[in-house]
Amino acid sequence: MIPGREQPTNLQEFLEGLWQQNPVFVMVLGLCPALAVTVSAVNALAMGAATTFVLLGSALLVSLLRNFIPREVRIATYILIIATFVTIVDYLIAAISLTVYEALGPFIQLIVVNCMILGRAEAHSSKNPPLRALTNALGMGLGFSLGLLALGSVRELFGSGSLFGIALFGADFQPWVVMLLPPGGFFVLGAWLLLFNWWRTRSPATLKPAEVQGHG
Amino acid sequence: MTAMTQPAQPPATSSLAMIRTLGVVATVCGVLLVLTYQNTLEAIEANKLIALQRAVFKVIPGAASMQAYYVSPAGLVEASGPPPPGGMKFIAARDAAGNLKGLAAEAGAMGYADMVRVLYAYDPAGQVINGYGVVSHRETPGIGDKIITDPRFLDNFRALDARLNDAGTALVNAIKGVKHGARQNAWEIDAISGATVTSRAVAKGINDSAGKLLPLLRPHIEKLKEAP
Repeated sequence: MIPGREQPTNLQEFLEGLWQQNPVFVMVLGLCPALAVTVSAVNALAMGAATTFVLLGSALLVSLLRNFIPREVRIATYILIIATFVTIVDYLIAAISLTVYEALGPFIQLIVVNCMILGRAEAHSSKNPPLRALTNALGMGLGFSLGLLALGSVRELFGSGSLFGIALFGADFQPWVVMLLPPGGFFVLGAWLLLFNWWRTRSPATLKPAEVQGHG
Repeated sequence: MTAMTQPAQPPATSSLAMIRTLGVVATVCGVLLVLTYQNTLEAIEANKLIALQRAVFKVIPGAASMQAYYVSPAGLVEASGPPPPGGMKFIAARDAAGNLKGLAAEAGAMGYADMVRVLYAYDPAGQVINGYGVVSHRETPGIGDKIITDPRFLDNFRALDARLNDAGTALVNAIKGVKHGARQNAWEIDAISGATVTSRAVAKGINDSAGKLLPLLRPHIEKLKEAP
């Protein structure tokens, strides 16, 4: 991304979002859906899939149009493209399952203001050819889904005593309701961030690429 | 690789190019949206119908088919398009033999966080509300959402008194929510301890809806029983 720097391989592009620059745990982006809908693992996966779809669609279109969009109107254009794919995914989810649609509620529409997606369009898709942009977007989308799933499964486990809707602890389990409320989202996110940062600082080898790419 | 995308300060973009770009992108997006809308509309409508049917069959056990109607002071019509002025929507559910099993209608009132929307079943023979289900809510998980599962709360809707006065213009007793454990009459709804606001919203919604709908329905009950 910076002149003179060696071009990352496709695998590196893919792994960037999945791991080194994970949107939830490293960049801490897109927290509105990450905290709001992750009360269950299924919700987290559905939101992750919807966001990935929007990321892929907008990455492809932005990348294809990258030499055609004047700098002056690029933000307006990206927003238009992102809003289009959010509306498409909104219709698609309603057509596939109303249960999922109602569980995610207004947060599907709110994908439109997920800063991670505009960030990808601006920082990556607008400067790379379609295949590369799609690879990176897929990695970011999966990384985001992974982050949401990590939040959602822990919150569902403690808050409802189940995982993917399957009860695990028997009838005597007293749900830890705070986990399903907004504070629970912050607790779990904080715990995951703690874990990730601890892991990153104790293994310097994995820290380097993230640091280097962080400035790109 | 970025040498081409970052040339040394390009000449200012012409206004035409900006407008053209936005215009072209907006057109492409518009076409994509319209295509998606048209191709998913049928599936979404079908999903909504299935969801409604499932909810109705749940509050009226034994039902096998349903038909939506609008009832207004002007009369009874099968529901399609916008409701007539002063009209209310309800659903008549029948069993496999075509006998009327019960009537269902949607009710809603402001709860703790947002509108609580419920579906209730009305039994015209006994003049009671004998079924209830939650359509949508945004109440606190673990507290307000007990209105879906709490067995003692659901007991309120076995035979909730919804008799009309002799003139058929209003409920004899307004349906109301009372504090947990304070229920004394058949028209009261015993609130869930800790979720009184949500419970009262359910009661208020049903009272408002039934208070308006049942007087309108009264002249048509016999006709509904006959019609297949």
